[in-house]
Amino acid sequence: MSLRGSTSQTIGPYLRIGLEWMVIEDLAPQGVAGERVRIEGKVVDGDGKPVNDAAVEIWQANSHGKYASPEDSQDKPVEPAFRGYGRSLTDDAGSFRFRTLKPGRVPGPDGKPQAPHLTVTIFMRGLLKQLQTRMYFPDDTANADDAVLKLVPAERRATLVAKKRGDGVLEWNVVLQGKNETVFFDT
Amino acid sequence: MSYRRPYRGTQPEYLFPPYASTVKRAPSQPLVVLPHTLSELTAPVFGYGEVKPGDSDLTKQHKGEPQGERIVVSGRVLDENSRPLPNLLIEIWQANAAGRYNHRVDQHDAPLDPNFTGAGRILTDAEGRYRFMTIRPGEYPWRNHYNAWRPAHIHFSLFGQAIVQRLITQMYFPGDPLLEYDPMFTCVPDVKARNRLVSTFDWETTMPEFALGYRFDIVLRGRDATPMETRR
Repeated sequence: MSLRGSTSQTIGPYLRIGLEWMVIEDLAPQGVAGERVRIEGKVVDGDGKPVNDAAVEIWQANSHGKYASPEDSQDKPVEPAFRGYGRSLTDDAGSFRFRTLKPGRVPGPDGKPQAPHLTVTIFMRGLLKQLQTRMYFPDDTANADDAVLKLVPAERRATLVAKKRGDGVLEWNVVLQGKNETVFFDT
Repeated sequence: MSYRRPYRGTQPEYLFPPYASTVKRAPSQPLVVLPHTLSELTAPVFGYGEVKPGDSDLTKQHKGEPQGERIVVSGRVLDENSRPLPNLLIEIWQANAAGRYNHRVDQHDAPLDPNFTGAGRILTDAEGRYRFMTIRPGEYPWRNHYNAWRPAHIHFSLFGQAIVQRLITQMYFPGDPLLEYDPMFTCVPDVKARNRLVSTFDWETTMPEFALGYRFDIVLRGRDATPMETRR
């Protein structure tokens, strides 16, 4: 028998009560292989105002391109200390932050390796269901051939790619509406 | 392999003006349809080291007993193919019996309860079952429109076996007269889908002389039976 999926509802303004116990902004303990990266960003609404009640969750492969999930059957090295899941709750400035590793490449829809990316899921008051997006890494030559990026209108692709700041931090902002609106995916 | 798209009308749209907060937060550009790759078909796994057995009893997190009516909330987590989903993390949060959240943003003039935080979590068992002991949450006013009140509800957050199964929802109580006036409830076009968010009273889990039982089953997206199909 086939059931129908339960309906999504907003996370509401009081998400911290339920989700704060598992904030994970530092994903990569010492000894896990890979290039360390710091990511910082802001979530802003259609008026450019910071969103101070969002949950930003990331999911990524390890530096070998392997997910810490039983659903990933690839024959690649696992990193037992790296789960690849992060959760940041935005502060009054709408900011979120992660310290993690640049992921390796995983197979794409065309069978070819995808460019390194994070899968990003965003919840907040005023969102009746989550937003799904991706963050790609700046100056990665693989971005030009990425099958998913190619699905995105060329003039909007830049919204999915972080920018490297002078201090080395990767800055990636989420714009919910309007000019420079971040690309969100229908998954 | 991919996961089924939602049936028409069973999920809300992003923009629903009767819920005022959607107006400046809903995306205005069309979403880009994403084929499911390994990035969408995998999800994090959580373990027993993180979730302790007592975390599912919201009435035992402080020195004293919380105010209000004790209830048991239980159910199963399945996918659309009726497959139980074991070892899956559920997080819940809610207002206290007086309708007040233990949160700095909540300024509702109702008492906080020093014996109630309102947060719980559990991992589903081998058959996809979960069970929380808690307090029936109170209704509370909000500022969405004149004389707006939220029906009593418990927030649920669930992880699946794939990121595309991730779900945050709310559980309501049967017979709540506020439901039909609540834009968060009525945002769901399909009335049957909407009503599946309402728990049912359950004799089986009701504990004699102690607590009423409510049953709330949750269905996450299932894998498509015809993986090569790209129907939209």
